[in-house]
Amino acid sequence: MSPNLLNTEKRRNWIIIGICLIFLIYLIQLFSLQIVDNNYKKWAENNVFFKKVRYPSRGILYDRNNNLLVYNQPAYDLMVVMKEVEPFDTLTFCNILNITELQFRKRIEDIKNRSINPGYSPYLPQFVLTQLGNKEYGILQESLYKFPGFYIQNRTIREYTYSNAAHILGYIANVNKNNLAEDKYYAQNDYIGKTGVERSYETYLRGEKGIEILLRDAHGRIKGKYENGIHDTDPIPGKNLTLSIDIELQKYGEELLQNKLGSIVMIEPSTGEVLCMAASPTYDPSLFVGRQFGANFLELQEDPYRPLINRALSGQYPPGSTFKVAQGLVFLEENIITASTMYTCYNGFPPGGGKPRCHAHGSPLNLLHAIGTSCNAYFCWGLKNMLDNKKYGTIKTAMDTWKERMEAQGFGVKLGIDLPGEASGLIPDSKFYNKLYNNRWNPFTLISNAIGQGEVTTTPLQISNLAATVANRGYFYTPHVVKAIQDDALDPVYSKRRETGIQKEHYESVIEGMRLAVTSGTCWQANLPDIEVCGKTGTVQNAKIKDHSVFMGFAPKDNPKVAIVVYVENAGFGSKIAVPIGRLMLEKYLRGSIPESSLYLEQEMKNAIILNNAL
Amino acid sequence: MPYRKINVWTSLDWWTVILFFVLFFIGWLAIYSASSDFDHTGMMTLSGRSGNQLLWIFISLIVGCSILIIDDDWYSIFAYWIYAFIILLLIVTIFLAPDIKGSRSWLVIGNIYIQPAEFSKFATALALAKFLNQFKFNLMNPKNFLIALGLICLPIGLILLQWEAGSALVFLVFFLVLYREGMPGMIILIGICMTVFFILSMKYAEVFFDKTVVGQLIVLVLILLIAIGYIFSKKNKQVIRNILFGMLIVAVISTAVYLLYVYDLTIVLLTTLALLSIYLLWLAYKFWMRDYLFVVLFILFSISFLYSVDYVFDDVLKPHQQVRLQVALGMKDDPTGANYNVNQSKIAIGSGGLWGKGYLNGTQTKMNYVPEQDTDFIFCTIGEEDGFVGTTFVLLLYLALILRLIYLAERQRSTFNRVYGYSVASIIFFHVVVNIGMVIGITPVIGIPLCFFSYGGSSFLSFSILLFIFLRLDASRNERL
Repeated sequence: MSPNLLNTEKRRNWIIIGICLIFLIYLIQLFSLQIVDNNYKKWAENNVFFKKVRYPSRGILYDRNNNLLVYNQPAYDLMVVMKEVEPFDTLTFCNILNITELQFRKRIEDIKNRSINPGYSPYLPQFVLTQLGNKEYGILQESLYKFPGFYIQNRTIREYTYSNAAHILGYIANVNKNNLAEDKYYAQNDYIGKTGVERSYETYLRGEKGIEILLRDAHGRIKGKYENGIHDTDPIPGKNLTLSIDIELQKYGEELLQNKLGSIVMIEPSTGEVLCMAASPTYDPSLFVGRQFGANFLELQEDPYRPLINRALSGQYPPGSTFKVAQGLVFLEENIITASTMYTCYNGFPPGGGKPRCHAHGSPLNLLHAIGTSCNAYFCWGLKNMLDNKKYGTIKTAMDTWKERMEAQGFGVKLGIDLPGEASGLIPDSKFYNKLYNNRWNPFTLISNAIGQGEVTTTPLQISNLAATVANRGYFYTPHVVKAIQDDALDPVYSKRRETGIQKEHYESVIEGMRLAVTSGTCWQANLPDIEVCGKTGTVQNAKIKDHSVFMGFAPKDNPKVAIVVYVENAGFGSKIAVPIGRLMLEKYLRGSIPESSLYLEQEMKNAIILNNAL
Repeated sequence: MPYRKINVWTSLDWWTVILFFVLFFIGWLAIYSASSDFDHTGMMTLSGRSGNQLLWIFISLIVGCSILIIDDDWYSIFAYWIYAFIILLLIVTIFLAPDIKGSRSWLVIGNIYIQPAEFSKFATALALAKFLNQFKFNLMNPKNFLIALGLICLPIGLILLQWEAGSALVFLVFFLVLYREGMPGMIILIGICMTVFFILSMKYAEVFFDKTVVGQLIVLVLILLIAIGYIFSKKNKQVIRNILFGMLIVAVISTAVYLLYVYDLTIVLLTTLALLSIYLLWLAYKFWMRDYLFVVLFILFSISFLYSVDYVFDDVLKPHQQVRLQVALGMKDDPTGANYNVNQSKIAIGSGGLWGKGYLNGTQTKMNYVPEQDTDFIFCTIGEEDGFVGTTFVLLLYLALILRLIYLAERQRSTFNRVYGYSVASIIFFHVVVNIGMVIGITPVIGIPLCFFSYGGSSFLSFSILLFIFLRLDASRNERL
């Protein structure tokens, strides 16, 4: 074909246009890959950076006398990188680990199952077994080379010097799905405080993780640090805590409570520091360390006496006669009575037709003796007269005023202790009774609340706090179990004085009654020769089961060092079990040891077995 | 014939030479970066792949200089001999080459691996140039066209026998040269049409609308639209009216039937196309219009092509080629399988951003996430370390080189030089487009190197020979007056 027949210029131009068009398409694709779409940067990082966590050591716990309570010990987790696993002798492997081949296969299947293990990647280490025992670790370490793909990862777990205070210390366990969702700090298989101080001070104790950025090649092999580790961070260890608990006192309290259901709470009134918070039954905190966690936890959870519950905080009981102290204070402050007001009692509350009943004592009697002898009728009179008092306008206002006064003393609300699981108890108000009795109620409907029975419930902690407010003559500090945080300040709420709004002089009147109860009343067994103890017993009547035995008190009378409550379920009269235990606890704390004269009492209390057979 | 001796060095096209140097230098830096570890940064070691490549660059420059010294007549004189020798070599390779990664294309002589397929490109270009250089040559003479076709297809066949489909595909680009030399553009257009039909019918082969395979439906609609569009461009109002009326009737009837009974819609389109073909044949007979006959041929060819696609896919392509094709068409998304390479190369390039991570700082390429990172996927290193700026720069360098070569080809006085020049430009163009296209996820993964960039002696040497022969031819274009 001769050139003149061929439009060569047109053909050349078409070729050039075609070429340029394709290059333009390529430039657009490059622009969208490199400039527009940011996902590729993220994917590239996920590809190549292996962020290895450097675990901080968890904060250590001491008691108020610097006794070591909780510290860390190394533990060994068995990890696997599925991509690196080669055929191996499963039988030997399982024998070393003390598991069956079936269990092992199930575990490997679970690891691979993305619905159970969402973060699964065959290139990343996965947990096979956590917290290997020292023996297993030792044997495995020697033969690990036979099992390619399996690694040992060092971690720390908790170690306890005492087998006491489990409820206060709490325990740590692997994070659950909620923890992971709520707090970005956590990753799969991290530990988190589940109860007690471990939980409430988790953010102090856990410290800060460090990170080591390693480079990983396409086969998952680690090729060294990224940029010589300049982006790496060191872990910051968790902060150590000093608890306000006296571990010896705590231990003694738990011993006295053994084979009984109940609790002992002791508070330093001048600070609100909890010296002892024993709840029975309890458990050895070291049961929750190591591979046996699951089995032990299940066993304790199914125990009918519910040893996992901290009764001192979560138990909601009627306060019984200890409540009379709070009542007397309210009546005095509301001018319903004066210290010299006398009420009659004929083995019961006369307007109620002798109900609630009372025991034999002189009549009429004043507040001093009413507290001293724990007269029921006196406080029923007081409550009736308060509710009927015209100054409130209606009974409802009177009822609500009563509730407010109770709340100011720390009842019916959570006190705000630095431990999880605190119950609020119940102080009823007019709305409560309107609902309960369909608006048709009068002082007699609820008169038993005057003596700490009826609808009212409290926690042992709240009763001990009442003892502290009385000891302080009108104020308290929010009870707390942590005395100091290393290099950090305690939450200011624990150093803020909370007033009850009741005048000091009224407290003096009540205190005289509590002193009388010790010297010549219901709690004579708590009468110490050289220390002025003030106290009040309680015998809480239950519908079907035996009475609860309660003792509330503080000592010494002037400049009190300690407020105490002892609450033992189904132990009968307050004086029978609670008062002797209270006496021993006070002696232990104030004297440092138990005098010989009280040793028989100690033996008797330790040996007493009072378990609720109704269970 | 008047003759004038010209100094090669002064009449050499230095622009091309500069582009060549810049490209291979950047390429060598990329190979150095891709094959080095983080540990060895800062130390220019010449061991390993970058050193090897440097050796091959050196050898290629010597060969290039030798080519420039040789008299330009030699190439046209020996063109057929060179072609014959290479064809022989290709045949020998089929029998002698060991199996290397499923390919039987490498001749092993001691430590040296040579891929004859690489050298068959310039040989074919020379032979084609010589064939088209005949006096009063008419490409559209059927005999001439068939011989030209034979020259191109012979190496394709032999390379396919070596299981090197990628290298074989390169020879398709000679049709671009033939187009420049007078082959109807229609053949290229039909080629593009068939490619589009193939891709569409494959991509939607498993998508159904009621009883209709969507892929087939789309292709049939396209065939109908192209045919009608071509007829309408003839602006014969009577014909247009008749066709529109006929289609309206078919549409009404088929819709009505469809409401009563759901059937395969491709039947409607096949019927329409058949009716249209009969009408056009009648027109062609009545008015003696070759155009209408051509449309009928197009329709018949397209339909038979469409229905043979399945056969080609299932029975001609190998399983790994099927998967690659399906992945490229977005039919399969398998990040760890066939798509892994492309995904990782896109991640590497995409993570480069505007300015890149800096030379020797590419994490994806260093950590071997990108496979074949110094050969077929070398462009990733540029993308990751030098960002959009780097990739644009390299892409524009190639565009400049290709356009420069076309400019040079157009200024040649002899058909031999021009055809050869166009061949060089087209081959480089094809390699760049397919290689970068695969790396950025546009074209299927076809293992062909990026010229002057990828690691590999055979490829570098063959591209250098290809280019320097043209530079030699261009330098002496004015010798004969």
